[in-house]
This record gives sequence, structure tokens and C-alpha cells, in this order.
Amino acid sequence: MTGLLSLTTFAPLVGVAVLLAVRAASGDNAKTDALARWIALATTLVTFALSILLVVQFDAKNPGFQFVEDVAWFAGLHYRMGVDGISILFVLLTAFLLPLCIIAGWKSIDKRIVEYLICFLVLETLVIGVFCALDLILFYLFFEGGLVPMFLIIGIWGGKRRVYAAYKFFLYTLLGSVLMLAAILSMIAIAHTSSIPVLMTYKFAPWLQTWLWLAFFASFAVKMPMWPVHTWLPDAHVEAPTAGSVILAGILLKMGGYGFLRFSLPMFPNASEVFQPLVFTMSAIAIVYTSLVAFRQTDIKKLIAYSSVAHMGFVTMGIFSGNAQGEQGAIFQMLSHGVISGALFLCVGVVYDRMHTREIAFYGGLTNRMPWYAAVFMLFTMGNVGLPGTSGFVGEILTMTGTYQASTWTAIVATTGVILSAVYALNLYRRVMFGEIVNPDLKTITDLDKREILIFAPLIIATLVLGVYPNLVLNLTASSVDGLVGAWRAAVGG
Amino acid sequence: MQTLVTIIVFAPLLAAIVAGLFGRRIGDIASQAITTGGLILACVLSWYVFSQWTWGHLEAFTVDLLPFIHVGNFVSNWSIRIDALSAVMLIVVTTVSALVHVYSWGYMAHDPDKPRFFAYLSLFTFAMLALVTAADFMQLFFGWEGVGLASYLLIGFWFKKPTASAAAIKAFVVNRVGDFGFALGIMTTFWAFGSIQFAEIFPQIAAGAARTWEFAGHTFPLVDIACFLLFIGAMGKSAQFFLHTWLPDAMEGPTPVSALIHAATMVTAGVYMLCLLSPMFEYAPVAKNIVAVIGAVTALFAATVGLTQNDIKRVIAYSTCSQLGYMFFAAGVGAYQAAMFHLFTHAFFKALLFLGAGSVINGMHHEQDMRKYGALAKLLPVTFIAMTVGTIAITGLGFPPLHLGFAGFYSKDTIIEAAFAAGGHNGVAMFAWAIGVLVAGLTSFYSWRVAFFTFNGQARWGHDDHAHDAHGHDDHASSAQIETHDEPLPNGDDHGHDHTPHESPWVMLVPLILLSIGAVFAGFFFVDYFVGHHEAEFWRGAIFNAPTNHVLHEAHEVDEWVKWSPLVASILGLAIAAWVYLVKGNERLGAKLAARNGPLYVFFYNKWFFDELYQATFVRLAKFLGDLFWKGGDQKLIDGLGPDGVSAVSYEVGRRTGKLQSGYVYHYAFVMLLGVAGLLTFALYAFR
Repeated sequence: MTGLLSLTTFAPLVGVAVLLAVRAASGDNAKTDALARWIALATTLVTFALSILLVVQFDAKNPGFQFVEDVAWFAGLHYRMGVDGISILFVLLTAFLLPLCIIAGWKSIDKRIVEYLICFLVLETLVIGVFCALDLILFYLFFEGGLVPMFLIIGIWGGKRRVYAAYKFFLYTLLGSVLMLAAILSMIAIAHTSSIPVLMTYKFAPWLQTWLWLAFFASFAVKMPMWPVHTWLPDAHVEAPTAGSVILAGILLKMGGYGFLRFSLPMFPNASEVFQPLVFTMSAIAIVYTSLVAFRQTDIKKLIAYSSVAHMGFVTMGIFSGNAQGEQGAIFQMLSHGVISGALFLCVGVVYDRMHTREIAFYGGLTNRMPWYAAVFMLFTMGNVGLPGTSGFVGEILTMTGTYQASTWTAIVATTGVILSAVYALNLYRRVMFGEIVNPDLKTITDLDKREILIFAPLIIATLVLGVYPNLVLNLTASSVDGLVGAWRAAVGG
Repeated sequence: MQTLVTIIVFAPLLAAIVAGLFGRRIGDIASQAITTGGLILACVLSWYVFSQWTWGHLEAFTVDLLPFIHVGNFVSNWSIRIDALSAVMLIVVTTVSALVHVYSWGYMAHDPDKPRFFAYLSLFTFAMLALVTAADFMQLFFGWEGVGLASYLLIGFWFKKPTASAAAIKAFVVNRVGDFGFALGIMTTFWAFGSIQFAEIFPQIAAGAARTWEFAGHTFPLVDIACFLLFIGAMGKSAQFFLHTWLPDAMEGPTPVSALIHAATMVTAGVYMLCLLSPMFEYAPVAKNIVAVIGAVTALFAATVGLTQNDIKRVIAYSTCSQLGYMFFAAGVGAYQAAMFHLFTHAFFKALLFLGAGSVINGMHHEQDMRKYGALAKLLPVTFIAMTVGTIAITGLGFPPLHLGFAGFYSKDTIIEAAFAAGGHNGVAMFAWAIGVLVAGLTSFYSWRVAFFTFNGQARWGHDDHAHDAHGHDDHASSAQIETHDEPLPNGDDHGHDHTPHESPWVMLVPLILLSIGAVFAGFFFVDYFVGHHEAEFWRGAIFNAPTNHVLHEAHEVDEWVKWSPLVASILGLAIAAWVYLVKGNERLGAKLAARNGPLYVFFYNKWFFDELYQATFVRLAKFLGDLFWKGGDQKLIDGLGPDGVSAVSYEVGRRTGKLQSGYVYHYAFVMLLGVAGLLTFALYAFR
């Protein structure tokens, strides 16, 4: 069905139009706010339904792009959209997480609700656009544009140090995007096309690949984020509202990994090979370094943010391993991390909404009063630790296996992450959940309510289903990844 | 038969889900009944499968249930593999688990969280069954970490106790250290043989035995490296030397858990893995020698520590550790069958000893310090008899000429004889043999010490005011030692009745009696199948011995004095224990020895100072590095030179130009717009 992809991408904008119309009609009051929430939720649910339709109609055996749309714009520019086995999952992940984000802010957001919802809906369109764009310029528009609503979400609805966090985020990203823009310009100048599928088979001279690779790397490495350009992430997470953190960790970080898979590897294969040791080193350092830093954190959200950086280390390592286990593992890890870290941030949100602090030392003994919360938090802690049976395991073991074949040293260092993740995650759980309740403020804390259970249920199902039957996803990505790996091997003569 | 084995594996899982999710709705009794019923069903079916394997015509088969991970050659399925090894493990796991479920009805009777407890027990059983029926490395790893999770949950079951959650984390993390090696071993194997399916890897080993592996400028034999890494995993799970520190602390969990997980089943998973992977280990002579040395050292280490401990559960925990050492050096010298046999008999008598200890603890109102026991034989008669049977079994009493004895007599002596036989051409095996005999004596001493100290001598409990805080007794224990204490609350002094020790209810005694039967007859009845004349027909290829490995046959032909040696050592240990703890007038002898605080005693009592060593090195290093990277690396170096530095500069610039007010978002939007404008202009030229 042609047009389905655009429909999915722009459906949230329809919701934005409705929201604006409703507000114009009924003014800025509590009734509008209540209605706005339902409209936003309905919009995201429709988008999710459309994304499922996409997956159902997707032909997993075809390694190329599907649902392709190509409309001439102006001045020789094209509106090109399409998905393959690599990108379709990110569309699905985005559409899956957005309704949960809307519900997560149902009660805790009490100012400028309509604007808040519009930010999320616009963000959804732009992020889905990033994963579907098959034109460099279109990609750039979506990629950079997506950051604006994220800034607003942190800057307006964030915590006390939100300006500092937004500023840090801005500085890092700016550096990356300027360089990427320069690279995009030169690619168009040299290849005389901005079509991504054409560029994927275009053979840039090796020296040129080196520069282009570095320019894209600057942007994607910040976005991942890779060590040592990761320090914006903990601050951004700490200041962002819960739903903002979910989107940030769940989806925005994945744009970096997606960029590596879509641009760096297929377009600059020789440079990717040259820089493989660099990426491996940075990934291995990221895993050990940020895990140890996570261990010492006193803020729950910061701890989880640092653990995100460590998990992204597995992703970058897997992507540049250049074999099927590594690539498939990296994609799976991104997907799984989107679900698990999103869920962990929601878990933090549950206690933050009640107590308005994220200090670990404030809590302790929550299991006494919150048995269901304890069970949910335990499940996602185990997912974060990569316990087999949860989705977290599959990505880790595949990326490690893939990397082992490319660089044994890197795999050995990365595998220590398995130990360290248990250290920081279980210590966090123990300090927050176990023991007697000592803090008198906690004596009346309540367990999950129905709305919260509704948010967690799909995430629990996703974590377990993907953990027990990961083939569901691996089958979708297999042929596209085989194509990617085959092309890379052919290019580097491996 | 396929449906049968599927039911065996999944009945515990289903029961765990029902009890875990709906426990509060359906109530305690229903939760207990469902989980216990599921386990009894699995147990009965397992014995049927085992009997069909041993006396019927059942052949090895694998049920493929669902694909797990398929990426290129990396192919794993959810499956149930049935062969001799898994058939043995099925009955061990389900029998002990079923009995522990029943026992827990009594032991946990006053606990408010019964559904959760029973759900965890059943979940553990499922993970253990998944482990033993795995047909590839991924499912093996799933079960491996799954039992680790259940162990973590059950050690920390009484989550209000800080010591319990500390012990739980310690168990998980130390096991993860082992799993680090295990995972690398799996990767090495996959890299070497292009598969993670046992059935595809094993036939390739003989041809690939000579392959080498270049790493860090050295050349290593490939199979040795893979086996060594996999063995690290086994060391973690089975609490072998260096990675043993979690097991004694795991005694924080309720005693039925200690019996099931930390004695009979989970901790033997490492031994099971070595036997399962015998086709690999047989071609890894160096790795095998390492296994033998580590096993022997563990046997000795744990026994020496066990001599000095006063907590009844801790002694039995060290005893488990020591007995696992026996199993490992048996595998290390190539006598895998003997290792499996000892695993099998040990499951009965060690579960018996633990459940017996639980019965004593229950009767003594949750007192675990043996110095507060004494003269309990008459008050707890059934427990007394059961514990005595267990002690005879573990010390391996028997009569070599008639080849008649309790369970441990058959299995432990086979191991020691096999080590001696292998010692003829391998110095490491001879070392293991010497330690094996010595430890037989030590085992006998500390096991009888427990029995005599608890059940005989003078009553040391009457005058005491039953103080739970009497745990400050460890004046020479360091702070790093977690005091184990099996009771839900540190100050749960609310039993509300008098403090006379009492016998446990029948629901706890029946499992003891059944296990006693196992501890008496398991050896005599099965010796021929596991290590005797019917050995080859029984195992049917599940355990592989290299063509040059005849250790099992040679073990039967060792000199008569070798066969007597462990028995002599054992009787010597018994005699010394009897002299110290039974002879009147010697009552204070043990205490006096301890009070002298000799260097060897302190060394043993503090468990060779492993906890202190690890605390001073790994834990401190991790904290130091974490702080260094966080405050030095992230905050000073990266942020200082990066965003904060830039912001300081831009603040200066901004102050001078007086444009500080504009929001960052607009900055960004502006820059982006500029970029887009530039892009479009450029594109217009490029596409012309």
C-alpha cells in the first residue's frame, strides 16, 4: 500500500491540528486539558496501529527498501521515504513508546498541557521521519528538527537545572550537526544525488570516506552517546520529565546507532574498517567506565542514565564488528534497551511522582509497601542486567559474540560489563527496595495504581516475549542485515 | 514420552506463575498445594523416565519446542534433551525439590509470605530443569543464570534483613564473575567450531583438538582455552576456590533453600556441566589438570574452615563446598562417572543434613549457634536418627571387603580410588588423591562434631535467656563477615511459648525419613549402574572417555590399602571427634582450643581471609575507580574542558556583547535554520 509510510509518519501531526482546533474552540481551561490528553492518546494509538500494519505487510525476505515513496519536490529535491528490515523496527518502537509517554504524563504534568502534548506529537513525526527518510536532506531536516521539541520538553517541563542541561545538550549536538551538515553537502556535491539508496552503492574514494566518516561519526557518537562525549546525557535525563527521559533513552539515542547502520557502514565501508579499532576502544571504555561511574551515583535517574551509556557501548561495538551476530545483536540491543530503559525511567517516575526526589538515600524498604512495584522494578532490573529470558540478554550475547570474532580483546573487556551491571543495578535495587522503611515520609507510600499498571503491562510483555522468542525480531532484520554485512565484506575484501 | 518430559519441565513453571501472580488471591494453602502438587507430579514422572532409561528401552532424544536465537550459525532452540545425564539430574532435582516443598509447609508455617516463597522454589526448579535438559549453550546459560536469579531471590527472601540482601547480591555478583568466563567460553567455542549446539560441536572436537589460538603474542591450545573459560563458570556456580565466598553467606536464606539450592542441586550444576562437556574436556589435558587442582584445593580449604565454624548451617555449607571439590577433582582426573555418582548420592545425604539442621533450628527457636545446643537426642529423636544417618553417609562409613556401606562410601571411595589410579601417570591426580584421603578424615571430624555437639554432651541451652542478640560472639571474626542467621527478623522474639527444644511436625520429618532411605541405599543400589559393571550400558555415550582414559576401570583394581585408606582416615576423624565431644571431662576442650586463638585457628575461622582480601582489593578498587571516573573524568576533565569550559568562554563573550538573554532553544533553531538555508542553496547549485 503506497502512502502508508507517510500516513504513519504524519498521523501525529493530524492530532496536533485537532489539538490546536479544540483549544481555539474551547479556550484554555481544565476541560480542554482533559480532552487534549485523550486526543493525544488516540492519535498515538492510531499511529501505533498504523505501524503494526506496516510490520504485518512488510516482506521480511526482501532485503531492500519497501513502501517506497518518491515525489519530486522543488529545485531538484525529492521526498523519498522507505523502510527496510533495519529501520522498520525503530518505527515500531517509536510508535509503541509514545502512547505510554502520553499516559505517563497524565497526572504529573500540570502546566501548559496542550503545548506539552504537541511537543510529543511533533517529536513522534520527526523521529519516525528520521527512520524512514531515504533522502539526505530530508533526513537532516528530521534529524535536527527532532531535537527542537526535545529541548522544549527539557527546558520547559524539566527540573531545577533544566537550563544547564538543555544548554549542554545543545552544545554537544551543535558540534555534531555542523560537521554532519558539511559532510552531507560534500556528498551531494560529489555524487550529484541526495538519494540514500543510491549513495549506499556509491563508491567514495577512500581518503574522502575517512573525512565523511569522521564528520558523521561526530554527530552520531554524540547522539548515542559514546564515551567521552556522553556527559550531556545524565544531566539531560535528570532534568527531563519522566516521559521525556523515556523518549530520550528509548528513541533519540537510537538515532545515533541507526545512523551508523544507515550511513557509516554502507556508504563508507573502508573508513569503517579503518576506524573499527577506534570504535571498539571507545565502546569498551564506555562499558567499563560508565558502569563504574553508575555504581557510585546517588541519584536514581543518573545511575540509569550512565547504565544507558554502558549499554550503548555494546551497540556501537556490535555495529562495527562487521558480522551478522554483531549487527543483529546491535539492532536487537537498541530495541531492547528502548523498552527496558524506558521502563526503568518510568519506574523512577513512579516514586518521583509520589515523593518528588530521586535521591537513592531518601528511599529504602519500599518492598514493604509496594509489592507490585517491587516485582515490576525487579523484572526490569534483571532486564538491565541482561538476564537470559529477558530481551536484555539477547542483544548483549549477540554483540559480544560478534565482537569476539572481530576483536577478542574488546569482547573480553566488554564482557566484564556483565559483572559490573549486576553490581550497580542490584545495589540500586537493594538500597531503594530492601530493608525496613526508615524514612517516615515513606510510611504511607502507595503501590502502583491502575494507570501505572497499564503503562507497565505492555513493557513487561515486550521484555519477556523478546527475551524468550527474539526470533520474532531477528527474522525481520535478518535479510537486510545479511545484505549490509555482505556489501561491507565485499567492499573491504574480507 | 515427549509429552511426559515437557510436563516435567513446565509443571513447576506453571505452578510458580500461579502462586506468584495470584498467591494473594487464592490464599496460602492453595499456593502451597499447587506448587507442591506440581513438583510431586514432576518427581513421579521423572522417576518413570529414569526407570525407563535404566531398565526399559528408552533411548536418548531431544524435543525441540521453539526457536530461541537464530543468527547465522548461532542457532539455539528451546528444547528438552533426554539422556543418561539429564535423566539422573531430573530425579535428583525433582526429588529433592518435591521433598523440600513438603518440608517447607512446616518450616515456613509462620511466615507471612508463603506464596512468594513457594513460587520462588518452583521457579528455581524450572530453571534447574531447563539447565539440565539444554541441548545447546544458550539454553544452558539461560538455566544457569535462571537458577542464579532464583538463588538471589531466595537468599534475599527476608528482604528486611540487611544481611540477607547483602548476601543475595554477593551470590549474584560472584556468580556473574563465573559467568564472565562462561560467556567467553561459549564465544570461544562458537568461534572455534561454528556452532553452539552440543550435538554439532562434540563430533568435531577430536579433529580440532590440535588447533591453536593466537592471543597476546602467545599460542594456546584452543580446546584447553575454551574448557578453562567454561570451567570458570563452573567455579562460580559450584563455589570453588576463589569464587566460593558467596556460598557460606548464602545461608542467610531459609534453610529449605539451603538444602535445595545450596547443597543438592544448583551448586552441582558446575559438575554437571563438566560431565556434559566431557567430549571437550577429554581433549583439554591442561584444563583438566586445572580442574583437578582447584577441586582438590577447594576440598581441603572448605574442610579446614568447616572444622572451626560454630554456626550449624555454615559448617554444612563448607562441607558442601568441600564435597563439590571432590566431584571436581574426580572430573579433573577423568572419572566423570564417579563425579556424577557422588553428585547423586551427595544430593540425598546433604539435603538430609540441611533439612535435619533446619529441624534442629526450628526446634531450638531459630538458634543456629551449636555452642547453644547439646543433648538434643532425646528431645528430637527422629531428627537425631536422620542426622546420624546423614553423617554416616557423608563420612563414607562402610566395609570394603564386602563392598557394603552407606551412600557416601561408594561414591567418595570411587573418586579417591580413581584419583589414585590416575595418579600413576599424572602427578596432579596423585596430589588430588592425597588431599582426598586427608579431607576424608577432616570431613569425618567436622561432621561428627556437628552431630555430637548438637545431640550429645551437656545441654547448653537451658540457662540461657534465649538471646537473639547473642551473635556478637565472634570476637575474632572480622567485620567483612556477614553473620548468617536463619530467621525472618533480627529481633523476632515473639514465639510466645517456652523455650524447651521440641521435635518438628511430621510434615518436616517425613522428608527427612525419605531422604534417610536415599542416604542409606542410593550408593548400594546404584553403584553398578553409575561406576560399576553396567556403567557403559547406563551412560550410553552421555559421558565420553577418551580412548586412552581407563581411569574408571583402573580404579577398581587399585591395591587393597588404597581402598582402606579413606575409611581409616574417616574412622580416625570420628574417634577424635568422639574423644573431644563425647568423653566426659573434655567438654571445654574445643572451646579452650578456640579461646587460645592460635594462628592456624584464626586463619581457618576467618575462612583464610578471603572476604577481607576481596573487600580490600576488588570492592575498594571498584569504588575508587568509580569515583575517579565520575568526579575526575566526567566532571573535571570532560565537562571542564568541554561544555563547562566552553560555557565559561561563551559567558564571557556573551557578557561583553550583551546578548545573554536569548534562549538556547532559539540559538539552536537559528543555527539549524541557517544550516537548512545553506543546504538548500547548495542543493540548488548541485542539482542544476
